[in-house]
Amino acid sequence: MSRKTLTRRQFVAATAMSSAALITAPYVRGAYAAGKLSIGFWDHWVPGANDASRALVNEWAEKEKVEVSIDYITSNNNKIQLTVAAEAQAKSGHDILQMPTWWPHAYAENLEPLNDIMEPLIKQNGEVNGTVKYLGQAGGKWLAIPATPGSQIKGPCSRIDLMKKHAGIDVQEMYPAGAQPKADGWTMDTFLKAAEACQKGGFPFGIGLGETTDSVDTAGAIFQSFGAELVNAKGDVTVKTDAVRQALEYYKKLIAFLPPDAPSWDDASNNKWLISGRGALILNPPSAWAVAKRDAPQVAEQCWTHGFPAGPKGRFAPYLPYFWGLWSFSKNKEAAKSLLVHLSAPSSIAKFVAASGGYDLPAYANMTTLKTWAEEGPPKGTLYHYPNPYNHQTLSIAASPAPPKVAQQIYFQATLTKMALRYAQGEKMEATLAWAEGECEGFMRS
Amino acid sequence: MADAVVEQGRPIGAAGTRKRTSLRNVLGRKSTVAFLLTLPLIILIALLVLYPAVYSIHLATLNKSMQKFVGFGNFTFLFKRDTFWMVVKQSCIFAITAVFFKALMGFIVAHFVHNIPAKGQRKWRGMLLVPWVIPPAMSTLAWLWLFDPSYSAFNYTLSFFHIGPINWLGDNLWARFSVILVNVWYGAPFFMIMYLAALKSVPDQLYEAAAIDGANWWQKIWFITLPMMRNIIAITTLFSLIVTFANFDIVRILTSGGPLDQTHIFATWAFKVGIEGSDIPLGASVSLFMVPILAVAAIFILRDVSKRGNEA
Repeated sequence: MSRKTLTRRQFVAATAMSSAALITAPYVRGAYAAGKLSIGFWDHWVPGANDASRALVNEWAEKEKVEVSIDYITSNNNKIQLTVAAEAQAKSGHDILQMPTWWPHAYAENLEPLNDIMEPLIKQNGEVNGTVKYLGQAGGKWLAIPATPGSQIKGPCSRIDLMKKHAGIDVQEMYPAGAQPKADGWTMDTFLKAAEACQKGGFPFGIGLGETTDSVDTAGAIFQSFGAELVNAKGDVTVKTDAVRQALEYYKKLIAFLPPDAPSWDDASNNKWLISGRGALILNPPSAWAVAKRDAPQVAEQCWTHGFPAGPKGRFAPYLPYFWGLWSFSKNKEAAKSLLVHLSAPSSIAKFVAASGGYDLPAYANMTTLKTWAEEGPPKGTLYHYPNPYNHQTLSIAASPAPPKVAQQIYFQATLTKMALRYAQGEKMEATLAWAEGECEGFMRS
Repeated sequence: MADAVVEQGRPIGAAGTRKRTSLRNVLGRKSTVAFLLTLPLIILIALLVLYPAVYSIHLATLNKSMQKFVGFGNFTFLFKRDTFWMVVKQSCIFAITAVFFKALMGFIVAHFVHNIPAKGQRKWRGMLLVPWVIPPAMSTLAWLWLFDPSYSAFNYTLSFFHIGPINWLGDNLWARFSVILVNVWYGAPFFMIMYLAALKSVPDQLYEAAAIDGANWWQKIWFITLPMMRNIIAITTLFSLIVTFANFDIVRILTSGGPLDQTHIFATWAFKVGIEGSDIPLGASVSLFMVPILAVAAIFILRDVSKRGNEA
């Protein structure tokens, strides 16, 4: 057996070569030289919409030499919320995770600040609305960046024919495609009269009074239009105010014209109500219209999505943004930030909107007049006013401006709809207010 | 006896081989073999049951942001909340009513099946077990469509008799009725099959003797059937009570706890508070609240069962 001896010269040469190879290795661009990235996206309900995000991610990964893996996580039965909670607990999981509304604040301690990418994105795409700031920012720190997929406004989707016939309202004239809204007369009083007329005509408005988000979002916008806040921005309980009393009085009148089973409605009920042709109006993103296009085309061609009625304190529309968060325990933060910038580029946003048939809403001011909304139909222009192109309504979320962690409790306990229902079912005003005050005090725990 | 045989068979050798021999003896004991064979299951239970249980106790002692130990703080907070006591009351109503009717239905149906001639009995047993073998999340979805607020098949049928429409899931009382009804539908076959097994083990001679003594139908049930079935009744009731208290899927799918929280039970409210409200420690406290109560009930019932077993 021969044994080769290693000379001192050979040893030095080998060491120098190995060191050089180790030092230069990261700069050699192999197939996946920039590491791995794992992404958890919300599983879009629109068929084919996930393809847009997959294509955009793959396009970026190819260019940046990053190995990516994507999981599409459904929001059915809160699966996406469960995933966020589990990954925050385990401090392990995806690098980027899509989170609905309240979750960036709920897990703020585990999220990487994203100011370095959000500020240039605002310069590029335009300012974001107050609700995005309220939900995505804490103490000047961007906890997550707004995601286009899944973000939505839950405004009125009216039946053109039924509103005209029973309430004498021409929604297309009020919200003309391609032009400014002429909706000064579209107030909470008009809305109430229209609800009554349509109910008498046999086509009640389909507004839920349950504990799921559609019901809560509607209640939030109505309360805000009366200036009613259960907890103010400072965190003080402000239940026993005239504004809250006015909102409850209004709701009581409205409930009288809603379907009797509205207290048991979930987020699918209003969609079914519209698609079946039983109602003249629902408050929902255009998902119901999109399903009607497939299942009940005669209903879809009579649908028109438009703005919310105005109350004494303004015109508020329920807005639910999704966010992309980057966990602080991510192993590849720079690559993740680069991908988030790519997904927020104007061209990427336009692809998201087109793939979702106009359902997805970008949060940026310069991105609300894309051609998808102008062209979608039938009827053509039905989605033109969906993204609030003229900023004639304030995009808001129920329970704001309470501190987000308190507001989240008010939101998910459906305190607003429960108050409205209790009062409408005959409970005394002061008893309802006392109950809500007790609930809000309980939500203050830290 | 087998242990003794192994003991007798031990080779008596030199001191050097004693260690090896004792190891062989340890491995040769029936109890050691039994322990080794059950070890995978013990590890599985430790991982999937013990660890989550201990972890949830740990979570229940933390504050909302999970950064501070608060001891029983979450429980004292809960005790001051009206909604929590409403959930306690509803959980008790839900579990006790559902278990009572499941037991009653199971008892009645078990008697019917028991009286079917042996030839066709298997077919009936199989059919009656169907509700229990379908995953409840799936069958509850079918019930949801039957109760659907706007398109209820029940209301459609009732309309032929000029009844309704009934607001199955939107009215407080009807909603409670509906969730209990579905739970009874799902759980009654379990009672039926257990009671049927118990009925089959009651000796026919007892009934014959009672008939000779002139006992009527009710006396046979009261003095023969029920005493002979009491252990099975106690165990099935306990088991079902625990499972029904911990129910989640039926209420979650049918009502999500509404209307006005009137159908919330521990698990659904814990989910609402813990996951939807991002207050995991409070959610853990809600779900742990029943543990000591059910544990005490289990100890009493099982002690009674073993006492009766010894008497027998």
